[in-house]
Amino acid sequence: MTGKRNAMEVHDLTVAYDRKPVLWDLDFTIPEGLLVGIVGPNGAGKSTLIKAALGMIPLASGWVKFFDKPVEDVRTEIGYVPQRESVDWDFPTNALDVVMMGLYGKLGWMRRPGKTERERAMTCLEHVGMADYAKRQISQLSGGQQQRVFLARALAQEANIYLMDEPMAGVDAATERAVVNLLSELREQNKTILVVHHDLQTVSDYFDWVVLLNMRQIAVGPTKEVFHDENLRKTYGGRLTIISKIADAVARDAPQGLR
Amino acid sequence: MFGIFDDPNALWVLTGTTLLGVSAGLLGCFAFLRRRSLLGDAIAHAALPGICVAFLITQTRSLGPLLVGALIAGLIGAFVIQVIIKRTKLKEDAALGIVLSVFFAFGIVLLTIIQHSGAGNQSGLDKYLFGQAASLIGSDVRLMAICAALVCVLALLFFKEFKLLCFDSGFAAGIGFRPGLLDGILMTLIVLAVVVGMQAMGVILMSAMLIIPAASARFWTERLGTMIVLAAIFGALSGAGGTFLSTLAFRMPTGPLIVVTSSVFFTVSLLAAPRKGLIAKGYHLIATRGRVQRENVLRSLYEELEETGPGTRTVTIASVAGRRGMNESNLRSTLERLLREGLVIREPDGFRLTEAGLEAAHGVVRNHRLWEMFLMYEGQLGADHVDRDADTIEHFLPRETVGELERFLEIHGLEPRLLPNVHAVDGIDKAEGGTA
Amino acid sequence: MSDSMIIILTGAFVAGSCALLGSFLVLRKLSMLGDAISHAVLPGIVIAFLVTSSRNSLPMFVGAALVGVLTAFLVQFLSHRGVQGDAAIGVTFTTLFAIGVILVSHYGSAVDLDLECVLYGEIAYAPFDVIFIGDQSIGARALWVNGGLFLLNLAFIFVFYKQLKLSAFDPELAAAVGIPVTAFHYMLMGLVSVTTVGSFESVGAILVVAMIIVPAATAYLLSENLARMIGLAVLLGAISSVLGYEIASHLDCSIAGAMASVAGLLFSLALLFSPRQGIVAKAMSRRGLRRQVAEEDVLLWAARQRELISAEGFTMHELRDTHPDEIDRLARALSRLIHRGLLAADRDGFELTTSGREEGVELLRRHRLYESFLGDKLGYDTDHLHDPADRVEHYISPDDTTEIERVTEYPDRDPQGKPIPPSQKEKEKEKEREKESS
Repeated sequence: MTGKRNAMEVHDLTVAYDRKPVLWDLDFTIPEGLLVGIVGPNGAGKSTLIKAALGMIPLASGWVKFFDKPVEDVRTEIGYVPQRESVDWDFPTNALDVVMMGLYGKLGWMRRPGKTERERAMTCLEHVGMADYAKRQISQLSGGQQQRVFLARALAQEANIYLMDEPMAGVDAATERAVVNLLSELREQNKTILVVHHDLQTVSDYFDWVVLLNMRQIAVGPTKEVFHDENLRKTYGGRLTIISKIADAVARDAPQGLR
Repeated sequence: MFGIFDDPNALWVLTGTTLLGVSAGLLGCFAFLRRRSLLGDAIAHAALPGICVAFLITQTRSLGPLLVGALIAGLIGAFVIQVIIKRTKLKEDAALGIVLSVFFAFGIVLLTIIQHSGAGNQSGLDKYLFGQAASLIGSDVRLMAICAALVCVLALLFFKEFKLLCFDSGFAAGIGFRPGLLDGILMTLIVLAVVVGMQAMGVILMSAMLIIPAASARFWTERLGTMIVLAAIFGALSGAGGTFLSTLAFRMPTGPLIVVTSSVFFTVSLLAAPRKGLIAKGYHLIATRGRVQRENVLRSLYEELEETGPGTRTVTIASVAGRRGMNESNLRSTLERLLREGLVIREPDGFRLTEAGLEAAHGVVRNHRLWEMFLMYEGQLGADHVDRDADTIEHFLPRETVGELERFLEIHGLEPRLLPNVHAVDGIDKAEGGTA
Repeated sequence: MSDSMIIILTGAFVAGSCALLGSFLVLRKLSMLGDAISHAVLPGIVIAFLVTSSRNSLPMFVGAALVGVLTAFLVQFLSHRGVQGDAAIGVTFTTLFAIGVILVSHYGSAVDLDLECVLYGEIAYAPFDVIFIGDQSIGARALWVNGGLFLLNLAFIFVFYKQLKLSAFDPELAAAVGIPVTAFHYMLMGLVSVTTVGSFESVGAILVVAMIIVPAATAYLLSENLARMIGLAVLLGAISSVLGYEIASHLDCSIAGAMASVAGLLFSLALLFSPRQGIVAKAMSRRGLRRQVAEEDVLLWAARQRELISAEGFTMHELRDTHPDEIDRLARALSRLIHRGLLAADRDGFELTTSGREEGVELLRRHRLYESFLGDKLGYDTDHLHDPADRVEHYISPDDTTEIERVTEYPDRDPQGKPIPPSQKEKEKEKEREKESS
């Protein structure tokens, strides 16, 4: 294989919600072909990092690049799996249709999906072992099955880097295993996968690298090197009072948050 | 009675209201799924001052300029709603209510000024309040047709995008569609449909055309495409039906009749839709209850046999009733049912399972105990493919898992041992292998 | 009592009743249910009218209250049956309203009920409809009815204030401590219906909607305490009523419409100018801060220049060369600094005054302390300190600075080795010490 590219580069990234900074000065680089866990306590800004990287929320400062290009230029190379709770599962549609949504980005505006897209989506459903449920209305799927449909949708995007928001939250053991297998399979194909993860027990088993996050970046690097007690204490040992005081001050006073 | 088809004017009205029903029903689906149903209501109210201002400026009552005024005011209303939601701590409901009532009140002020100024008496602006479908003329209907066609074409063109927006706007943003822009397009289309329909339906009732057909269609289908077609059909039928009813004299206004017609469709959908309708749900509930009772009685009979030993085959009603605390009348009717099915025979002192009954009871008990095992060992099993529709465990779980569960049954000594083919007296030991 | 007084008072009573109820509707995010009920009572009014053939009779209030509660119930029923909330509201009230309109147009002539009157009322007629006891006129009926309703609503809220407040804020806790939340919900909806009926003749359904939602929402923007919010809402309703009447009598237009429009106007004023929530206040404080940031940037830069090349002054050229992209922003700050006496201008350029110098040094100190904090305590790389510090330093208060100094253990150099100047206080202490020793 040729020299590794940088799959994702985050430079001086600060993000504010409602003018209150929730991520401060992140600065790291993720090489290609890794399975990366994003780990941190609740409210640490894990999902925010993914959303900011995808350009879904404005950045207060800094930039994010994928394969050395800004996100707008490489959208089709990025796969995204939102949190399962973010959608209305009573929506009138079936599993196959949801997977086909993964192809909408490549189709672009106004073009309708056709037979090729349907077959492609079907293959992806088979891949996650959900082919039998293709025509099932999505509210009739179990939590684990819904998550698999979401993963199939990400597969359909045929991306080079995947950003996944808690794909293993609230699923059964079997689905979790299936998800992990799928992730390593993707890594074999030299894809890069960033996964927001909340179970500290399994971090060392699942991930090559970790991003330890608590409003600011605690550590980024190979799991073996950075996933140790001291860093975990820093990550989970409560907020730094000064940082949160200043965050409040910025929220209160700063014009549009931060310049 | 069918004179409506001979009267060209009535035909225009009929065409107009039908087209209106189609476009509003279609757009209503997206509004419904985006949880913006009441936005149409607010916008329809907000359009009133626009109509009045347009009249004050142009001094004509031709539809074109008035619609432009209504469109502008409606869009301003939609914009103000967004500003209030984004910039203050007020929530969506208050934002809608404020825009709706204040814009409308201002419209009333303008309207009364126009009326009191004399010339306005002939302006006919008040028909926008309650609608006056009968006043539709050829040119109005032509305009409505153009707008309805435009709405339909755009909605179909952006079908994929709107679907994604309504289902998962976060994902839409993630793959590069702009939800803000899409929402804007959708909102503009809704304003257009509402404004075009106001002359016929009136401010207050126009929103019904957006909401009711879509809400009715949702009962019948789990596919968005079908839902949209259904909503358009419901809309069209309500429009045509209401118009038709109003021509049957009674001196009743068309707009409210259209709404009531669509409410009839809604009520029918609410009651009679398969699966989601109240009747289907009620029937399902009763059927389930009956099935559960039947299974409970079979289980009780079987367990009674297990305990007292296979020698006695007759079970008294009292002992069955005591086992699950069933009330006697329910128990008796269930036993009658089993009698009819040939699963039990009546004996002088109670009931007795037939061979077929024993087999059925064995199946029920086995299934039930496997379930218990499943619930106990769920964590250890690879059971991810839980099929919520299946009622027996074999349909529910893959074969290997069922095998595993059976081993657990044996470990706990809970496997049901009485089998019909192995006769009572020495059945227990030989039955071991039979459960596998 | 003069006619205009009667009209204004009637309007004020309606507005007051609505504001009392509306405060809770807005807080419980039920504004649109209020709107729905005020429309949906129409068939109730018409049917009661047909049965009793009189206005403002007790059966009519009862009938309307029932329809109102029925509306609330239907909405609840439908949303439990899988029709989402706002669609459930929409389906229910449009249907009931349509039925009402059909009834009015069918029987309207027979019962002397005018649809337009129901919707936007004719408050102007209020003074002419008087109640007699024996032969003695005791005043306008609308006044008595709406005054009575106002007292009823006031009593309800006064008696159940605690329960209503808890149900609005945390319904689950309310239910847990034994407050019948559902019963209160339906009582509130019943009162909304009764109030609507009481006022429909004089002000109409639309004004009722406006008065329920708008003054309460305005008060919500202006206050942070429930009791004050309710009081303010009632006051705003009364003001709308007085001003609306004045405007309507000048413009010769719908009085009810004008009252609601004034309420809307008051809302937009609050939206724009509310001292804390207002858009203008927020914009002003943003502008103030932008200016402050620019001024601090200039002072900091000048202080750094002094330290670096010991230049006492600087020229516009130098400022432009070092900040090519920001020169407009900074140049505007220069004149403000001169005005504040922190900067002096002469023919050659600019020079910090003594107090300007002090402030510059203080800023430099804060900047470098924060850099130390980022570097030493948070483990940032040395070449990654400046930009983060630059972004945030303007928002660090003196207290936070002291705190940072304490955590970083009073460093005298920042991670890049630049000196951290002592604080003003320390300097003064030093001076005193010098004085003492000399």
